[in-house]
Amino acid sequence: MSDIAERVKKIVVEHLGVEADKVTENANFIDDLGADSLDTVELVMAFEEEFNVEIPDDAAETIVTVGDAIKFLEKNAG
Amino acid sequence: MKMRRVVVTGLGMVTPLACGVEETWARLLAGRSGASRIDTFQVDDLPCRIACRIPRGDGSDGTFDPDAWMDPKDQRKVDHFIVYAMAAAKQALDDAGWHPESYEDQAASGVLIGSGIGGIEGIADTALVLRDKGPRRISPFFIPGRLINLASGYVSIEHGLKGPNHSVVTACSTGAHAIGDAARLIALGDADVMVAGGTESPISRISIAGFAACRALSTHFNDEPARASRPYDKDRDGFVMGEGSGVVVLEEYEHAKARGAKIYAEVVGYGLSGDAFHITSPSEDGDGAYRCMKAALKRAGLEPSALDYVNAHGTSTPLGDEIELGAVERLMGDAASGLTMSSTKSATGHLLGAAGAIEAIFSILAMRDGKVPPTLNLDNPSVETAIDLVPHTAKEKRIDVALSNSFGFGGTNASLVFARVS
Repeated sequence: MSDIAERVKKIVVEHLGVEADKVTENANFIDDLGADSLDTVELVMAFEEEFNVEIPDDAAETIVTVGDAIKFLEKNAG
Repeated sequence: MKMRRVVVTGLGMVTPLACGVEETWARLLAGRSGASRIDTFQVDDLPCRIACRIPRGDGSDGTFDPDAWMDPKDQRKVDHFIVYAMAAAKQALDDAGWHPESYEDQAASGVLIGSGIGGIEGIADTALVLRDKGPRRISPFFIPGRLINLASGYVSIEHGLKGPNHSVVTACSTGAHAIGDAARLIALGDADVMVAGGTESPISRISIAGFAACRALSTHFNDEPARASRPYDKDRDGFVMGEGSGVVVLEEYEHAKARGAKIYAEVVGYGLSGDAFHITSPSEDGDGAYRCMKAALKRAGLEPSALDYVNAHGTSTPLGDEIELGAVERLMGDAASGLTMSSTKSATGHLLGAAGAIEAIFSILAMRDGKVPPTLNLDNPSVETAIDLVPHTAKEKRIDVALSNSFGFGGTNASLVFARVS
């Protein structure tokens, strides 16, 4: 697992209060991990902070699974 | 419109004395003080360095474990006043044995919890984030975690309360207004059950600084915190801030009887008035307080001489205590010598928007147990009075009717009258 994937999963576990083994790349934040629309906004903010990157709103809307976040950040971060 | 009878069937609280109603009550009767020196933030540059804080711990021996009352994931999103309300509301509903499951029961059950200053600490902190990091760093939970009515909101979601979802903000009268207004909603038929009370988490640098600037806080007892809150004593110099929440379950009388609920007391009177005088000082003639108590007794259909106990607003400020005492004396007239009145703020400190709620509960417990909680530190009363102010130690007295006063910044006054249900 890449360093980015690991950091993403850690943030998801902390913010959504879910078990680490549920945070798979296919896991959908809302359907599988119990997030609501405000949680997803906060998650994106946490990714921005952690990876020092700006995620525009239209890009944020496409990040619906853990894997989406990892892919976006692998492409755009640092 | 015919008014329905309203009774109290559940109690819950988190206070500087303890988490839990019985735990708090036992310590209050034992004369314990909840005051201590603040060690959670810098106080060296503040004139007041003490407060009455909730004892935190693992939940044993009356300590408060927030994780036992609200999911840590949700606690992160809100200011403490919401967590305290969640704890007090759960206790009250468990005590009442009211857990509505049917659509009809849920729709007939509402919530009305207020706060004086709500999420002021979170607002202050977030303002710094905005300044230092910009608007993109503002959490989506900033607003819903600070709004005062979100105490009611969170409690309603947790317990499926789909009736009136309301809140009240009247500074230090909040808790009393919340209970009084909720009782009216039941009396008028808008709900059968209401979860009502107040909650406050004011112990932060910005709140201490703000209230100190109003010259409202005690500043001469920083080295002796337990002696600082001393209502009616000649050395009093301001209130000691407290944190916590008090919540009651109010219920329409027939509804409570039909399900065999334990009934603590009936809400027989509720009075409101305004001073229209000054933003922070009570009117010097005490007329606002007098009219408020008078209105509550009129609603109850009782003469002042029927009062056995008054839980005073009595915050330990130089001005306010004597004005309230004068108003009570005027109300009682010749019956003053038969009255017992104490200020439990001498033990709990002043919980601002939660004060009226915890003090309503103390009034009800005094009635239940025939025990009057004391006014601590009342060594030398600043004025003579025929009223028994219960200095230092609790005393036994049968109480059939009790009144609880709450007055707030803005010249807002509320009085609640509770009576034994025979």
